[in-house]
Amino acid sequence: MNRRPVFLITMLCFGFAFFYIPIISMMVYSFNGSRLATVWGGFSTKWYISLLSNRQVLKAVILSLEIAVLSATVATILGTMAGIAMARFKRFRGRTLFSGLVTAPLVMPEVITGIASLMLFILMAEYIGWPATRGFTTVTLAHITFSMVFVTTIVHSRLVQADEAIEEAAMDLGSRPWQVMKDITLPVISPAILSGWLLAFTISLDDVVITNFTTGPGTTTLPILIWSKVKLGVTPDINALATITVVIVGIGVFTAGWLLNRAEKRRELDIQLAYQANQ
Amino acid sequence: MSEPATNIGAKVAQFPRAAALAEKEPPFIRVEGVTKRFGSFTAVSSVNLEIRKGEIFSLLGGSGCGKTTLLRMLAGFEDPTEGRIFIDGQDMTDLPPYERPVNMMFQSYALFPHMTVEKNVAYGLKHMDMTASQRADRVREMLALVQLSDFSHRKPHQISGGQRQRVALARALAKQPKLLLLDEPLAALDKKLREATQFELMDIQDKTGTTFIVVTHDQEEAMTLSSRLAVMDKGRIMQTGTATEVYEYPNSKLVAGFIGSINFFEATIRDVRDDVATVDAPELGATVEARAIPGLSPGQPITLAIRPEKLTISRSKPEGPNAISGKVRDLAYFGKDSLYRIELPSGRVLSINSVNSRRVGENERVADWEDAVWLSFDPSSAILLKD
Ligand SMILES: Nc1ncnc2c1ncn2[C@@H]1O[C@H](COP(=O)(O)OP(=O)(O)O)[C@@H](O)[C@H]1O
Ligand SMILES: [Mg+2]
Repeated sequence: MNRRPVFLITMLCFGFAFFYIPIISMMVYSFNGSRLATVWGGFSTKWYISLLSNRQVLKAVILSLEIAVLSATVATILGTMAGIAMARFKRFRGRTLFSGLVTAPLVMPEVITGIASLMLFILMAEYIGWPATRGFTTVTLAHITFSMVFVTTIVHSRLVQADEAIEEAAMDLGSRPWQVMKDITLPVISPAILSGWLLAFTISLDDVVITNFTTGPGTTTLPILIWSKVKLGVTPDINALATITVVIVGIGVFTAGWLLNRAEKRRELDIQLAYQANQ
Repeated sequence: MSEPATNIGAKVAQFPRAAALAEKEPPFIRVEGVTKRFGSFTAVSSVNLEIRKGEIFSLLGGSGCGKTTLLRMLAGFEDPTEGRIFIDGQDMTDLPPYERPVNMMFQSYALFPHMTVEKNVAYGLKHMDMTASQRADRVREMLALVQLSDFSHRKPHQISGGQRQRVALARALAKQPKLLLLDEPLAALDKKLREATQFELMDIQDKTGTTFIVVTHDQEEAMTLSSRLAVMDKGRIMQTGTATEVYEYPNSKLVAGFIGSINFFEATIRDVRDDVATVDAPELGATVEARAIPGLSPGQPITLAIRPEKLTISRSKPEGPNAISGKVRDLAYFGKDSLYRIELPSGRVLSINSVNSRRVGENERVADWEDAVWLSFDPSSAILLKD
């Protein structure tokens, strides 16, 4: 082992501090007994209790979870299909264009995606009369479109690493393409699909910009609620609300990362064992 | 062939059944004028093959010559651009892989990583009309065949490379296919394991009676394993035959050079009488006699080819028509045999392989460095090649 470079460690600490101190202080102040956001008034969980009795907040939390679950599920189905198409159908016409179009939203500014989604919904309402109003449906649709990309990317990269011959072997042993999908492809990429779902879920749960463009009156998600409350000043109950969001999102991201990492580790171990066995 | 048996000929004698079947039965597998093009690139070019039931047939050729592509067309993973494929009299050309009575052992083994050894072997059986207990029996039988009964509950990553190879074999054999395709089945194993597995493979083929087509780039492997083999180059089949036929009677410089080592000389036909041709070989510094091939005429340029082990080395001028003089340039002693490199008066260097059949001391060798020696060969051992 060589000595860890001190400079890098220091930079890493500063980076983490810069990123996490605001979040940690927010979490700490969510247990503040005082009404003033910046004055410590002793430990208390009263803001959490008051949140639980706040119908507006509860409604927003439930709405956010509904949208996140629904959009993540649909995005996972569509994203997985797109990922499989990109990885397995090597020679279809316009493949390069297709993969470019699928991954472009990854780097598209959210404001653009938001405006574009809004424009589409307005035009659709005008010409086909659906969706008539903006709200749950439009927000969910917009979330599906932009979180699907992440699922596609994760599934695609997993499939590219997997040996395509195992799918051919299954077909060779008598399975039709749909059986191969069910028996071989999906089980092999299931960790990637699961972590794709979790990522789509957390992306939807904490989105402000695109939701802001595509939502309508009466459809207030949790991040939008926090956003509008903050305009009236930071209060401890907002800290509590934000803390809850951070915890849910954190669990989602952590689990997704852990699943992918575990699958990766296992694969590395397999390769290592295979190598040793051949020695 | 009534030629004197060589070490290769002895190996062929291991296939009495294939030899017996050779005459009687119509071909079990027929490949008719199969061509495969990828865009403008021709990977397989007008291949014709006839393979009999119960054979181990090898496709031998260098990397990129189209062996895998031909195998994949037999399995149904690639559609031939032209030509047709028949198995047991049935036209398979347009059937998808899952409807062919053919199974394949992949070069990467392609085991299902999320299934145990047992589940891997059982996978193909779920599409067959069998009861659960028949299935379990078949899996047990297959695992016993490849000696993996104790590993049935392991996952592929928990067993060694050699064991994985045998799981792949058991899985491909479980459905009792009419034809088993093996793509470089031994390439991933180390040398020692490879030799042991060769014989195991032949043993399993003998027990099951399945027709095998084996792809390999290793000529020794092809000769050991197969009843017959086809030498491929650039998508074409150059020659088909038993190991003996291909080794002793190559039809081209390419086949002669690919299988075993050989000395080539530019020569001209002087005269042809019955089955003996007299050949002027200025590089050998002599006029020699060789077994004639059809269609020779005096004055025709030709390639004379002699395998190193067909040459005899001696100190005095031997009797007979084919005597050449030279000088020992190099000498390598391998114990059971020695390799000599002889420089001829023309400057050409020629390889000779000589079996050390007598035990001799350091100073009693047939020839030593810089010694003047005589080389001779039987006319029937010299090969004439038109290209
Ligand atoms: N799907 C494909 N598309 C284009 N070229 C291919 C494809 N498959 C094989 N080839 C080409 O065909 C040639 C023969 O390949 P292959 O049959 O795999 O050779 P071998 O197994 O004898 O090494 C190679 O030059 C390879 O690049
Ligand atoms: Mg190959």
